[in-house]
Parts: sequence; structure tokens; C-alpha cells
Amino acid sequence: MSTPYAKLPAWADYGLIPLINLSVAFIVAGFVVMLVGENPFRAAVILVEGAFGRGTGIAFTLFYATTFIFTGLSVAVAAHCSLFNIGTEGQAYIGGLGIALVCLSLDSVMPWWVIFPIAIVAAAAFGALWGLIPAYLQAKRGSHIVITTIMFNFIAASVMVYLLVGALKPAGSQAPQTRNFLAGAELPKLNWVIELFGAKIRSAPLNICFLLALVMAFLVWLLIWRTRLGYEMRTYGHSPKAARYAGISETRIIITAMMISGALAGMMALNPVMGDQHNVAIDFVSGAGYVGIAVALMGRLHPVGIVLAAILFGMLYQGGAELAFEMPAISRDMIVIIQGLVILFAGALEHMFRPYIQALFASVSPKSVGMQAVKGTGA
Amino acid sequence: MAQAAIELIGINKSFGAVRANRDINLEVARGTIHGIVGENGAGKSTLMSILYGFYQADSGEIRVGGKPVSIHTSNDAIALGIGMVHQHFMLVDNFTVLENVILGAETDALLKSSITKARSELDRLEREYGLEVDPDAVIEELPVGLQQRVEILKALYRGAEILILDEPTGVLTPAEADHLFRILKQLKDQGKTIVLITHKLREIMAITDTVSVMRQGTMVATRTTKETTVGELAELMVGRRVLLRVEKGQSEAGAVKLSVKNLTVKDQRGVTMVDNVSFDVRGGEIVGIAGVAGNGQSELLEAISGIRHAVSGEVMLDGKPIDLTGKADPGELRDRGLAHVPEDRHHVGLVLAFEENENSILGYHDDERYLKGPFLDVDAIMADAKDKIEKYDIRPANPRLKTANFSGGNQQKIVLAREMEQDPGVLIVGQPTRGVDVGAIEFIHKRLIAMRDQGKAVLVVSVELDEIRSLSDRILVMFAGRVVGERGPEATEGELGLLMAGVEHQEAAE
Repeated sequence: MSTPYAKLPAWADYGLIPLINLSVAFIVAGFVVMLVGENPFRAAVILVEGAFGRGTGIAFTLFYATTFIFTGLSVAVAAHCSLFNIGTEGQAYIGGLGIALVCLSLDSVMPWWVIFPIAIVAAAAFGALWGLIPAYLQAKRGSHIVITTIMFNFIAASVMVYLLVGALKPAGSQAPQTRNFLAGAELPKLNWVIELFGAKIRSAPLNICFLLALVMAFLVWLLIWRTRLGYEMRTYGHSPKAARYAGISETRIIITAMMISGALAGMMALNPVMGDQHNVAIDFVSGAGYVGIAVALMGRLHPVGIVLAAILFGMLYQGGAELAFEMPAISRDMIVIIQGLVILFAGALEHMFRPYIQALFASVSPKSVGMQAVKGTGA
Repeated sequence: MAQAAIELIGINKSFGAVRANRDINLEVARGTIHGIVGENGAGKSTLMSILYGFYQADSGEIRVGGKPVSIHTSNDAIALGIGMVHQHFMLVDNFTVLENVILGAETDALLKSSITKARSELDRLEREYGLEVDPDAVIEELPVGLQQRVEILKALYRGAEILILDEPTGVLTPAEADHLFRILKQLKDQGKTIVLITHKLREIMAITDTVSVMRQGTMVATRTTKETTVGELAELMVGRRVLLRVEKGQSEAGAVKLSVKNLTVKDQRGVTMVDNVSFDVRGGEIVGIAGVAGNGQSELLEAISGIRHAVSGEVMLDGKPIDLTGKADPGELRDRGLAHVPEDRHHVGLVLAFEENENSILGYHDDERYLKGPFLDVDAIMADAKDKIEKYDIRPANPRLKTANFSGGNQQKIVLAREMEQDPGVLIVGQPTRGVDVGAIEFIHKRLIAMRDQGKAVLVVSVELDEIRSLSDRILVMFAGRVVGERGPEATEGELGLLMAGVEHQEAAE
């Protein structure tokens, strides 16, 4: 029988529906704000102005977005191979360890432009290795990747605590973190780009990792849709049986996909560690890996969508911080509720409004929903 | 003419933008067998689902026994005396026949009274209609033919006066199908009304009184069966004239291309599915494997094509052995000239979420024709896909369209085009025309015969006996994992049917 829903034109599929979902999320969030006795419209203005109103706000929004682009891409690459990588959090954390080792040993002897490429490789390698073990267990032993990656997040956290209160901590220091890196391991800021447009920035952490994130988004697109490896990953992701039929090795494809995913997760650590903090501190990932899941789902596993979704979540982080500051009734937790609503409507309930919109399109203009194409003559 | 048992007036039903039923009018006379034929996706099942309360019509009226009714759930339908036997049985496998029959029709909190009542009622029904089944047998131990009888009994037990059967013979041997038809005739003689949905025209001619033809969501014609012909019905279904049986010349068998010796294959549970099977396929001949579904044919194909590991035996491709027990790799076999059109095109042969052009390279994606270094050569793939679309008349002719949006026949053509255009020495095909409409069947059969005439070795597995008989130069029959007989294409349906049911095999064993 025919598919229950006809398809929509691309602009409606990728533009209209996310917009409707997002609007509903904000309307419901508005009611929550009303519930605590604040004006939702003022709250919305503060949120948006906090994120985009001033140069500093924009820089912070893009800084957060950089982190989420990396984790979102990481989740998306694995998801294209039907692997649900929950372990981005831990892979990013261990990626930070790789960066720490590179920076701590080289920052006194080399300039940043030599250290940065080495640190990229180290971050990617450490993240990939942390993804390799669950991938191997999935491919060879059938241990479910969701379970093992969650467990590896805990292992990563424990390992890092062990190292950050021990071997990596400077003698005599009270803080569970490495010593601060020297100038050789500090990445250039990008704030001047925003200042070119006339905005003023006092101090913001936006750095060249943002550009690296955009390059990686392009490379991921290239990988998934333009390479043989990506083709094999997508084939396995849609149908393991078809992959077997096509002669694609299950073990190889699972391990490769998870290592690429882990590498992208590991590279996320470059942004906060080398671009902002200039040290590796305990819990520096702070949930960005999990946000990556939401970003990837909302971005429909497509790099362009992921960049946009990452900017949206960057806005919620930055604007949310401003909101919590301006409106004392709205606490940090309220911001988490709003983020949760966005995830709920844009991710989990993605298809809630779709049938109605499709029916609407079908009644207005049957051609636009591909009637001709769907009902091809039965040859 | 007798009074109408069911009248459907102006039924419309859309799914999103797809109109599955358009202004359908249908009148089924009481005490008759009424056939509904049409290609896959013509809207037959949708129409019957509306009648049985699974779907609601967008507009239109249903009358049962002359009275307008509204049917919202299957319980409404049952209350009106409408019973349905689904294509896929709705039985609880580890329940007995009796327990299945009373399921959902229990009269009491305790089962005992229901069971006693059902036992005597079942006894009466069995005697009246010749529907013998042991009421205490467990469903999973019954052959499919008997399971289907239980479905019919279930409907009758609920007081069905009108019985809808959806593709009832798909899983039956010819003998079982004949028995079913005798039961249906008996039911008709007792005054029941039967609606038979099928795409097999021969069955329509054999058993129905009246036949209605559906095409692309509309009812195109209703005929009295005696006054029509298979040719006319086929033409009505497809909308043009069709050849029902392909013409082919004499085969010129050459050297052995594929040789299978003592092949044994087990499934995941360790049950032997292919049991010591041996045969050869020569260049220039089509060997057909007949058999009721589930007798080891699927496992045989999978083992030969390297998808499934074999336990023991030897398979030679062009005189060189295939590694069966170790790491058989379908990709390597492909390089050696073995092309495989799998039985399950939806999950194995195609990735439905892919664009057509992406599927046209599946399995051959590491061929350097389609690559530029590690990158896919998109232009080459697209040109190749367009070429195949033209050669195989795949419609709609759009290589960017999602594969799921092609009809069954066109999806099968995508797979066939991919495998045949690689110019393989050996082609193995599982269920070449399952779920494929009449027009495309003709095309696919012609292509297979063309492959044969080019000197390729072709192995065809199909549960459609007509197809096997019309295509094959030699016919092997599989039963319970063994090849129980080899016949020429002139073998009668009855002869093959007996082999398929394992009759001769069992006699020989005793």
C-alpha cells in the first residue's frame, strides 16, 4: 500500500516545520515563565538580546555553538551508521587529556600554530580511542553501544578525576586542574571579526575553533554524502542486511564510524581548553556531549542543520545566563526547562504537526507534495 | 439476482495526498463468491479494511443487507456478520485451536463454560462445512493450510454471514488451495457470502461468480466470471494487453557454471534448513526451484550468494570453489561474476531510504567506475543510473527520487537492472516477481530469458508455480530442505504440487 504521508517540498520540510516546532516550544516556555510570575515577552526580549544584542553576547553564543557543533557532528556521524553514540561526553573529556599532554609538554618551546595541529591530532586520536572500545565490543561481542558508551562516560570521568587530582595537578595546588598553559598553547580569538561589524566586545572566548568547527561540518558532509565510506555507513545505518548483501564488513564499518565519531567528540575539547580556559579542569565538558544529541537530532543529522541547531543552543545558553541574571525569579533550572522544551518539540515530537501540514499542502496544491512522482504509472 | 449482502456507495479514502480509493461502488450479491482483483497498490486491501472497520472512509456509504451502517471498529463489523481472514494469520501460536477460536469471544470470567460451549459449536461447524481440525491441536504444530481453516472457523464461530479472504492462497500448496476452494463452495451452498481478494486470475476464474477489477484506486469493471476471460481481466487490471506466458526458444545448455554439491545449511536456531542438496546450473539454461515457502529455498540462495554460512558441502563457481564455511564475502563473489537478486528487495536488495541512483550501485560501490579516489563519482553514478532507467523502463524516470516512492515492480527493475547490467556469468534470482504487477512480470520474465539466451546460467527460486513452469528449462522441487525431484518444464501442476507437498518423498521413505 502507499505511504501514509506524502512528502513535502524541501523548504517546508527543513524550514517551516522546525520553525513551527520551535515556536510551540517557546509558547509553552512562555507559559512556564508566566507561572513563576514574570512577563514572558520581556523574558524573550532579554533572552534574544542577551544572545545577539551586543557584540559580547554574539561572541559568547558562537563560542558555545562551536562546542555544540563538534558534539552534534559526532553524534550525527555515528547515527548515520545507526549507532547511538551516547559517549560523546566521555570521548570529549578524554580528548581533553590528549590536549593536556600535548600542551603541557610543548607550550614552552613552540608557538600556537605548531601546537594547534598537533593538539587537533591528539584530541581526535584520544577521542577516537575512547570510541574504539565500545565499537569493538558492539561489533565483535554484540554489547549494545548505548550501554557501553554510557558506562565509558563514567569511566572517563573517573580516570580524569584520578589524573587531575594526581599526576596532572601541579604540586601544591588545591584546584583539581592542570597548570595554566603558556602563551604557546593559547589560540587566537576571533572577536575582532565581530568588531569589524562595529560591535564592541569587552572579553569573550570566541576563538579560531569556530572556524575549525565549520570546516569539520563541511568535511562531515563530504564524508557522509560524497565518499565510499559514507555510502557504506549509510547503507549499514538503513539496513544491516543490505550492507551484508553488498559485501560491507559489519565490524569494519561499526569501528570506523565510532572512531570518526569519537574523534569529532575529542576535538570539541580544543574549544574550551585551548581557546578559553587554557587549562584542563575537572568536568570541563559539563554536559555538552548530551546537548550534542539534541543538536544532532534537531539538525536532522545534516551538517547545515547541526550548525544552525548549535547556534540555537548557543543562544539558549548565553541568553539563558543573561535571563537568569536579569530576572531573579528565573533560575538556571528554568533555563534547562526551556532547553528541554525545545528538545521535546523539535526532537521528540518532531512529527506532531507534520500530518496537518501535509494535509494542508495536499489540499492547497497536490502537485507540490509530489503526487505525480509518488503515483508513477505501474509499468 | 439475489438481494445484495454488501453495498459500497461512493467510497473515498485518502492517506495524506494519496487517494487510495476513489468513488468506489461495489455490490456483492448474497450467497455468491465475489472476487476482487487488482495490482498491488490498486486499493483492494484499503477497501476491505474500510469494510472491516480498520479505516474510516472519508466519504461514502456502506450498506449491509440493505441497511446503511457505520463501521468504526472490527467489533462493529463482526456484529454485522462480517468476518475477515487476513493474509497474515492473526492466531496465537502456542494456543490450541479451541483457545484461538474463543479468543475475544469469551462469555464468562472462567474459561471452562466458554470452552465447553465452543467445543460443541465447533463440532457442528466442522461437520457442516467439512472444516476438520483437531480442536485440541496447538496452532504452531499445524500446517499453514489448517491454520487458515482455524481462521475461517474463528469467523464462522462469531456468526459471520459474509466472509472476506485477503490473498488466501499465497501460502498454500496447490492441493491445499484446492481444498480451500471446496470449503468456500460449500460455504456458498450454505448461503454464506464470500469476498475473495487476490491477484491470481486463475483462482478468480476457478471459483468466483462475479469479479470486480480495481486499478489505481478506482473500480474499473465488474464482470460475471463465466462471461469473461483471463486475458480480459489482465487487460482491465493493467490497462493494456499483456502476455500471460512468455515465449521462449529451446535452451542451449553449455558448460556447468554453478555447481552445488552436498550443501547443508542451518539457521540461527541450529535447525537444518538445507539438507545435503546437490545440483548443477549450466550456461544457457534457467533452473527453477519450486517449493512452498519455508522449505529451505531462502537459505539455499543465501548460502550460495555468501550471505549465510553453510555447515558443509561444496559450491563451485566456474569450476573454482566458493569459501562457504569461513568468511564468504558477497562482494568477492560479485567480482567473480555471481549476481544475486535477493528475495527480500525491501531490506536486502535495496535501501528504501536511498535515492534511486544510490541503489543502482549497491554492492558495486567499490567498483572504480563509480569512484574517484575515496570519493563517489557522482556524475558517473548519475549517468549510469539514467542509462539503466532508460534500458529497463523504470518509472518514474527520476534517479533522484527516493526508492521507497517507486512501485514494487519498478523497485524490482532497479535491482534487476543493477545485477544484470554487470554482465554476470551466473545470475541467481529469488522470487523475481513477488509483489510485482502483471505488466512488469512480463518484462522481467523476458529479461531473464534474454540472459539465458546470452549463455548465462540462471537460477530462479519462486513460490509461484506458474512462474517456475513458464521460465525454467529444468525444475527442481524442494521440500523440507531437500531436493525431492527434478522435472522438465512440461511437468503438470498436479505432479509438481504433489512433490511440493512432500507426498512422493514420504512414500519413498516409507
